[in-house]
Amino acid sequence: MITVLTLAAGAAGAVARFLVDAEVKRRWSTLFPWATFGINVTGSLLLGVLAGVVLFHDQPSAWQTVLGTGFCGGYTTFSTASFETVRLIQQKAHGRALLNALGSLVASVAACACGLALVWTL
Amino acid sequence: MVTGNDGDDAPDSHAELPTDPDAVAVLGRPLHLQPSALLWVFCGGVLGTSLRYAVEGLLPHDGSAWPWGTFTVNLVGAVVLGSLLEGLARSGHDTGWRQRARLFAGTGFCGAFTTYSTLALEISLLGKGSHFGMAVGYGLASVIGGTIAAWLGIVLAADIHRRRVLS
Repeated sequence: MITVLTLAAGAAGAVARFLVDAEVKRRWSTLFPWATFGINVTGSLLLGVLAGVVLFHDQPSAWQTVLGTGFCGGYTTFSTASFETVRLIQQKAHGRALLNALGSLVASVAACACGLALVWTL
Repeated sequence: MVTGNDGDDAPDSHAELPTDPDAVAVLGRPLHLQPSALLWVFCGGVLGTSLRYAVEGLLPHDGSAWPWGTFTVNLVGAVVLGSLLEGLARSGHDTGWRQRARLFAGTGFCGAFTTYSTLALEISLLGKGSHFGMAVGYGLASVIGGTIAAWLGIVLAADIHRRRVLS
C-alpha cells in the first residue's frame, strides 16, 4: 500500500512541477531558470520539515516515504537543473550557469536544513 | 524550451506532413492545461518514481556514508534527459509524438527519477552527523557530475543525429 501511495505521490509531484514551471515561465520570462530553482528550493524545504517530523517527533516513517520520497522526490528535479546549467553555458551565460549550479545547491540545502531546524525547535 | 503553438503556422507551410490531431483539437489552450499532457507527465512520473524508489531500496542512505543511490540516479537521469531533449529538438518541432515523448520521458520520467530534495536532505544529514567533508564533496560532485552528465547526453544525441543525417 505504501508503495502504491508513494508512486502516486511521486507522479502527482511531477504534475505539480509541470504546472508550476509553466505558470512561472508564463508570468516571468527570464534567461535564468527561476522556475526549476524555486521548485527545488521549496521541495527541499518541505522534505526537511517532513524528515524533521519523523526524526524529532517520532512520527511513522511512512509519512516521509510517501510525501518525501514520493511527492518531494517527484516534484524536485536534478536532471532539469543540470540540463538548464548546460544550456546557460551554451548561451555563454557563464555567470548565470555557475549561479544556477551552486546557487541551487546552497539554497536547497539551506532550505532543507531550515525545515529540519524549524521542526526541531517546535 | 519550445512549446507547441501550431496556430502560427500557415496551413500549407508543411503540407507534406500529416496533421497532428492533438494540435487541432486543443488549439489555443496552453499545454499544461491539457488533460492529455498532464496524463503523460503523470505516467512518466509513476515510472520514474518507481525506479528511484527501487534504487533507493537497494542502496539506502544511512546518514554517514556516501549516498550512492541518489548519486547514481541523479547522474544517470541527467545523461538521459540531456540526450532525450537534444535528440527530440534535432529531430523536429515540439509537436505530436515528440511533445508526448518529452512530457512522458523528460518532464515525467527523468524529472521524477532524479531528485533535488533527497540530495539536499542527505547533505543536511551528513552535516548533522558532522561529516562535513563528505557533505561538501557529495554536493559538489553531484552538481559538477550532473552538469557533465547532461552535457555528455547532449553531445551524444547530437553526434548520433549527425551520423544519421550524413548516412
